Amino acid sequence: MAIVPNPHKTTGVLGWIDDRFPLTKMWKDHISEYYAPKNFNFWYFFGSLAMVVLVNQLLTGIFLTMHYKPSAELAFGSIEYIMRDVPFGNIIRYLHSTGASAFFLVVFLHMYRALMYGSYKKPRELIWIFGCLIFLVLMAEAFAGYVLPWGQMSYWGAQVIISLFGAIPVIGNDIVIWIQGDYIPSDATLNRLFSLHVIALPFVLVGLVVAHLMALHEVGSNNPDGIEIKKHKDASGKPLDGIAFHPYYTVKDLFGVGGFLIIFLGIVFFVPDGGGYFLERPNFIQADPLVTPEHITPAWYFGAFYAMLRAVPSKAMGVITMGAAVLILFAVPWLDRSKVRSIRYKGWLSKIALAVFSVAFVLLSYYGLQPPSEIGTFISRLGTVIYFAFFLLMPFYTSIEKTKPEPERVTG
Amino acid sequence: MKSLFLTAGALALGLMASFGAAAAGGGHVPFSYAPDPANTASLQRGARNFTAYCAACHSMSLLRYSRIGEDLDIPEEMLKANLMFNTDSTGDTMHAASAPGAANWFGQKPPDLSLTARARTPSWVYSYLMSFYVDDSRPLGANNTVLAGASMPHVLWELQGWQVKPEKAEGDDAAHEDDHGGGHGSGHGDASPNGLELATEGQLTPKEFQAFVGDIVNFMAYAAEPGRVERQQLGVKVMLFLLVFTFLAYLLKKEYWRDVH
Amino acid sequence: MSNQGVDGGRRRFLTQATAVVGGAGAVAAAWPFLASLKPSERAKALGAPVVQDISAVEPGQRITVAWRGKPVWVVRRTPEMLESLDQVTEQLSDPDSEQPQQPSYAQNHARALKPEVLVMVGSCTHLGCSPTFRPDHPAPEIHSNWQGGYFCPCHGSMFDHAGRVYKGVPAPLNLLVPPHRYESDTMVVIGEDPKDVG
Repeated sequence: MAIVPNPHKTTGVLGWIDDRFPLTKMWKDHISEYYAPKNFNFWYFFGSLAMVVLVNQLLTGIFLTMHYKPSAELAFGSIEYIMRDVPFGNIIRYLHSTGASAFFLVVFLHMYRALMYGSYKKPRELIWIFGCLIFLVLMAEAFAGYVLPWGQMSYWGAQVIISLFGAIPVIGNDIVIWIQGDYIPSDATLNRLFSLHVIALPFVLVGLVVAHLMALHEVGSNNPDGIEIKKHKDASGKPLDGIAFHPYYTVKDLFGVGGFLIIFLGIVFFVPDGGGYFLERPNFIQADPLVTPEHITPAWYFGAFYAMLRAVPSKAMGVITMGAAVLILFAVPWLDRSKVRSIRYKGWLSKIALAVFSVAFVLLSYYGLQPPSEIGTFISRLGTVIYFAFFLLMPFYTSIEKTKPEPERVTG
Repeated sequence: MKSLFLTAGALALGLMASFGAAAAGGGHVPFSYAPDPANTASLQRGARNFTAYCAACHSMSLLRYSRIGEDLDIPEEMLKANLMFNTDSTGDTMHAASAPGAANWFGQKPPDLSLTARARTPSWVYSYLMSFYVDDSRPLGANNTVLAGASMPHVLWELQGWQVKPEKAEGDDAAHEDDHGGGHGSGHGDASPNGLELATEGQLTPKEFQAFVGDIVNFMAYAAEPGRVERQQLGVKVMLFLLVFTFLAYLLKKEYWRDVH
Repeated sequence: MSNQGVDGGRRRFLTQATAVVGGAGAVAAAWPFLASLKPSERAKALGAPVVQDISAVEPGQRITVAWRGKPVWVVRRTPEMLESLDQVTEQLSDPDSEQPQQPSYAQNHARALKPEVLVMVGSCTHLGCSPTFRPDHPAPEIHSNWQGGYFCPCHGSMFDHAGRVYKGVPAPLNLLVPPHRYESDTMVVIGEDPKDVG
């Protein structure tokens, strides 16, 4: 099918543009005539919120980069320079540091929504996979950014995470030295992580977000009932249960953004340290390769994965477990064999599995941030087993359970 | 599907709750101290005390005199007369008077204190300054219950007097574990939460000394984040704006969604 | 979906109100970002006034002091140099210093607080090169009526001993006289106005 220039036959300046660039077409296809199910609930705010946070990170990041010095000698001082000497530098820095935590919170909830309503099931497998890739890149981006202030937590966090590559048999140690560009995390390491953090990874991230949205708009959004709204259309071809993204969801998301900003900026302006979880206390001490802080923890959003790493009493297996915990997400569309998408119509087994999984993930996150303890190790091990069981047993419990009948049209 | 929302809500709450747990690092902190960045008089006294007792050895290399003057309402002449002994330029940061020699006297270089209150918590710094005691086994005759083997001498001994560690101090420590009554003004008599007893009185009463140390810690907390008060003031305006905006957005959403049945 | 009972006025009002409030918020949010590009406290501290002892500057000698990173010249002018100011008036484009290239207290014949001491920013008003001190004269390769002054090597702009620009050269304005004051007879503070001025 040939591309028809200006299919909407606009005139004037807009027509001149539309003859050459699909401006009106894009607006209609993706905004004003993109029909989304009318029954989106609270959980559907997090996609647009993730976009808001992404823009915040890019914008504040650009301005921070104008003042930051990517050098082991100067980095720590340049952060404090931003915090003290640059006009509004502290606000911009807190927006960025709190934004990192907000990004993960929003993305976790966004992914959880997908798990609940089966948003990864056919034909949305690629949306989910792009999403998992975004999550993976986001983790790398967050790690690289975490190192940049070059405080004690930055340094020892880099030390620990890069050492994970040492688990690779035979060439592990050489890989670690290659990644660091030195025998310890050093100026060279900081400089390359800076490059990744401000150029390479954001580039990839934005590209993946575009792919994620294109795939979404190709097949249309899922909804809490997990049924296809395209099955019932009116005479003009509009889904009966669909409403135009603009104005209905633009105004709704605008309200969601307002609510989000109240919480987010409330933290930025009043508790930017987040009780030591958004900005860790030891990171206010400059990196010292000779002294390890008494208790090193990962950023809170890595807590669950860090707990799994510690739960396994073998370096190599721990690293594999942690990696597998992320990679297994990619397989979810094929692990779920249920006839229905949404948890609303799945059987009790699925509901129990999801509930137990949720609790396990929270507990893993919690114990990943605590100093090692007997109970912590026990719960981390149990949590790790539950985490993997949730995914690996999914083909069984989703196929043997009795599902409820799905409605023809969306409910409430 | 209320149960699902509850489950998911629990997930979110669980994450939130985990932020609440304070990440206090290292050692027993017997006193608690909450800084008051809006108390300019206390900050001014703290700046003076810090200059008199700490600045000879400790720098605050991230804090400019001009910033102190601006934030603490200290005119330039007073700044120069009372705080600035090493420099004439208000744009300079606080450097220690004796920085090069100090490393030799105390075995290690006295650390820069710009960020200490933030890295350690104000309560830690307060507790540390309250917890020096006589220990003849140490080179400078003093030890500290909060940071055992500290190389810093008890600089404030003239003011506080000398504390000693009673024989059964270990047991006392445990008994006072939950006693977080420190800070300004709350007297503890002899049985201090750090398990020390005042053996020789100083120039100040225990209460006056608590206030004196409190002012220093308040100043150090200020120095660790000078922009805090301004940030919070800006935050109030931002919150008010957002409440208005979100309310309007809510009305707008409701208005449009009347179409949706 | 139906559009029955839609109050178009209310809808339009709410849309506009939200847009105006949101727009104002967006503009206000832009301010911290733009303001963050202003000189920081460090830059301001480094650009603080400079105190210079000029007791050792010989007549006819020029010293260069850095103020806000720029070269500031302090020249102790000889009587002969001061006399030369009147000999080149015809060739100058702004002989009476009418353009605001000096503080009001230096808008005089010698463009200085004390006639014998010239304090001037050594950046050509054309494109910012630093002109060369050329007290030697005559110098026909510069100008037929060269009485000494400053010659910019970049684009050939000429200035007299008070930093006044010649006609027909690329530089449009006289050289800039920075705010300065005398703390004592021999100490000049560059970057601060005299106490009795504004």
